[in-house]
Amino acid sequence: MNQYPWWKNLLIGLILLLGVVYALPNLYGEEPAVAVSGLGGTHIDAQTLARVQSLLKAQGLPYLHAGLTAKGLLVYFRRAGEQLRARDLLAQSLGGHYNAALALASAEPAWLKAVGAKPMYLGLDLRGGVHFLLEVDMKAALDKAMGEDVDALRRTLRHHRIRYRDVSLRQERVIRMSFRNVSDMDAAEHLIARQFPELLVRSTGATRLHAVLSPAAADAKRRYALEQNLTALRRRVNELGVAAPVIESEGSSRIVVELPGVEDIARAKEILGRTATLEIHLVDSHDSLSQALAGNVPPGTRIYYSRHDQPILLYRHVVYSGDDIVNASAGLDPQNNEPVVNITLNGRGAAINARVTRHNVGQRMAVVYVEIRTHLRRNSAGVPLRGPDGHRLRVTQKIERVITAPVIREPLAGSFQISGIGSIRQARNLALLLRAGALAAPISIIAERTVGPSLGAANIARGFGATLIGFAAIAIFIAVYYRVFGVIAAIALAFNVVLLVAVLSILQATLTLPGIAGIALTVGMAIDANVLIFERIREELRNRNTPQSAIATGFTKALGTIIDSNMTTLIAGIALFWLGSGSVRGFAVTLCLGILTSLFSAVLVTRALVNLYYGRRRRLAQVAI
Amino acid sequence: MEFFRIQRDLPFMRYARTTVFLSAVVFMAALAALVTQGLNLNVDFTGGTVIDVSFAKAIPPSTVRGLLASHHYRHVRVQNYGTARKVLIRLPTARKSGKVVADRVVRLLDQKFPGTTLRSVEYVGPEVGRELADQGALALLFVAFGITAYLTLRFEWRFAVGAIVATIHDVIIVLGVFAAFHISFSLTVLAAVLAVLGYSVNDTVVVFDRIRDNFRRMRTGTPSDIIDSAITRTLSRTIMTHILTQLMVLSMLFLGGPVLFGFALALTVGIVVGTYGSVLVASPIVLWLGLKRDDLLPRAKAPGADRP
Repeated sequence: MNQYPWWKNLLIGLILLLGVVYALPNLYGEEPAVAVSGLGGTHIDAQTLARVQSLLKAQGLPYLHAGLTAKGLLVYFRRAGEQLRARDLLAQSLGGHYNAALALASAEPAWLKAVGAKPMYLGLDLRGGVHFLLEVDMKAALDKAMGEDVDALRRTLRHHRIRYRDVSLRQERVIRMSFRNVSDMDAAEHLIARQFPELLVRSTGATRLHAVLSPAAADAKRRYALEQNLTALRRRVNELGVAAPVIESEGSSRIVVELPGVEDIARAKEILGRTATLEIHLVDSHDSLSQALAGNVPPGTRIYYSRHDQPILLYRHVVYSGDDIVNASAGLDPQNNEPVVNITLNGRGAAINARVTRHNVGQRMAVVYVEIRTHLRRNSAGVPLRGPDGHRLRVTQKIERVITAPVIREPLAGSFQISGIGSIRQARNLALLLRAGALAAPISIIAERTVGPSLGAANIARGFGATLIGFAAIAIFIAVYYRVFGVIAAIALAFNVVLLVAVLSILQATLTLPGIAGIALTVGMAIDANVLIFERIREELRNRNTPQSAIATGFTKALGTIIDSNMTTLIAGIALFWLGSGSVRGFAVTLCLGILTSLFSAVLVTRALVNLYYGRRRRLAQVAI
Repeated sequence: MEFFRIQRDLPFMRYARTTVFLSAVVFMAALAALVTQGLNLNVDFTGGTVIDVSFAKAIPPSTVRGLLASHHYRHVRVQNYGTARKVLIRLPTARKSGKVVADRVVRLLDQKFPGTTLRSVEYVGPEVGRELADQGALALLFVAFGITAYLTLRFEWRFAVGAIVATIHDVIIVLGVFAAFHISFSLTVLAAVLAVLGYSVNDTVVVFDRIRDNFRRMRTGTPSDIIDSAITRTLSRTIMTHILTQLMVLSMLFLGGPVLFGFALALTVGIVVGTYGSVLVASPIVLWLGLKRDDLLPRAKAPGADRP
């Protein structure tokens, strides 16, 4: 008899039930929401929630409901317009210790949330927004790392009282060192071998050493630069307040950033691409600035320029930098209504700040804004130049501006204020960049896509409509051709789609238009397994087998063929996933998962349904196939 | 209902020379189109900027081209799609990044034709495009290699050769159609071509599976008879699967809109050619390579070889 044991039916039923539950959230839409989170350890509690609610009520902004979440609090709105107004209102009124960001929260009922069912994430082609592919300038990352090594080398040599003539970074990332005598050089070589395992040192003359980064260390620096840039970009995007952004690495030097629903693309680019930090230097007031401008720059100092191109002589030594900043917020100075940025330092920064300011009361201290920008290198006619490998050459430009250089009136500690910034908008951007941290290496945009939100909605409607009609056509055709078995196959096929959507939702895969096409294609291919089985059954019936045994043999014999043919398609899918990127990858994921779910539904679900319909009848004279 | 109640085996192998010759002709034509015309690679591969704009009323592409040319935008391609109010403007790789150029172009168009809106912008740097093309080629090679290895392992090397030849035949013909009719070849179309590859092998394997099965079961008959019988018995399934898959793909072709058009077209052509290839190209090759019954008898340790 064709009967599955009860546990098998139960298992199949259970899997189908789970499939339905986890596919369900996709039927509910998303509600616009504003997420409020605390910055720099600011806690969010019921009091904050009450404040947010009263702020919204005071402005007459209707919201659906508001509540605390693990990361902060969420306020839901009916329309996107209200959401935008609320975000702006909260961002202004809550102050610098809070961040208000747009968010999209699923409108699914609470019981679905309780079991952790979430809808699929819609890709940019379906949602609208902007996609950037960013290239991290690894050459600059290594240059920066080597620059830090040079500083460290000088410090270490001085500390061990080894006298050197020169330690400097040359072209092609080689550190050149020269010494007064051989014994100093030998001592230095030993010291470096011991304390700088990442440097490969060789002697190039009686008193000269060359040091380069070891390949392993260079790799580690590159990885670090990529990781650090990812973190910084994530924080910057959070600051921009974009709902459901994607920031991930692609390959060894690229980063994909997707910002759904972003309108102000110019600002997004400005914020993403900036490599800005602050450096604090002491002003050299002992030496003459005019002497220095005449070309006689005292050792250990450099001429910097302010925003208004005023020269100022600073010590080269960086007292502390933006890395030590934990929080920065823009505001207005109550005394003169000038824009200021309030800065909070970490422990290390605060300690240095306290020590240095205590020893230098009456001296001036300069805040230098440092930004690294990359441009294409051009010839005199403005045509971009290419290197020997055909790639465009880029130049990295370091922009340094003294923002302000106030006199230290009293010892400072962990927090202070920078004034002299210009506009409140500039103050806000500076605060944002300082908060989000500097990029370890400059980045440049190498590909960019923008999809309007209405086009995204049209794409969903089209892709969904096409799949639905294709599905209906298949279901009708197969039901007519294979009768009862055809109806069963159509039911199994519907379950296949449900299961596939459920798996994609559980994996939180991104649904793109090619992804929808992948689902549609799987439907077409899944039916192949059923056709194979049914044709085998018909063949067995033609060979005058009894219906029950024809069903059993048909399923068994077809299985080998089904597995072989699906394996080859799986190979193609895996290759696509491995080599593809972006939307092709989405297509590959749906294809591969679709093969697995279609095997389950076409073989097991169909069989279970056939068994339920025919399996019990002992004397089955004929089947409708 | 049943379309194919075939009592006697159809003599496919008798006409093998004709069917293979026919497909060789189509294959050569496709190859010629591919070599002489080349693929009309889109911005995904070539790099550049594509701006999708809609106007308040119908504007002929030539007017748009003229306006842009008068503002020193050279090598611009403008074409209508969907309705007469929507145009795609393709600019070669620009110095500025995409959005900047797009904003300028849209501002320019909006001054002349009020009500112009920007629907989408795509910008791809030249390095990215070249890499994608390389990756696509690599993916094709990898798939071909993987499938050959799998079939050699599960079947026999003659089947692997037959499947690969048939698959390459299918893929080249699909690419040939895109080259001959200058249809834009995007990353999504590449995905479809790879899916065709998978589908085509899938189809071939089903026929091969039956050939292997027949060789083991039928004690009499020449290899050519045995292959004929295998093809005849799977014919119903081949055609049914073809029709059902085609139903889905055609619905994507006609209802999926411009974004899915290339994808669905590649699949439509691929499924037709793939079905033909698996029956009338792959099988004759296996026969001509001299497949005999002894090659398929279960080996001592072959896993899964004892399947009925």
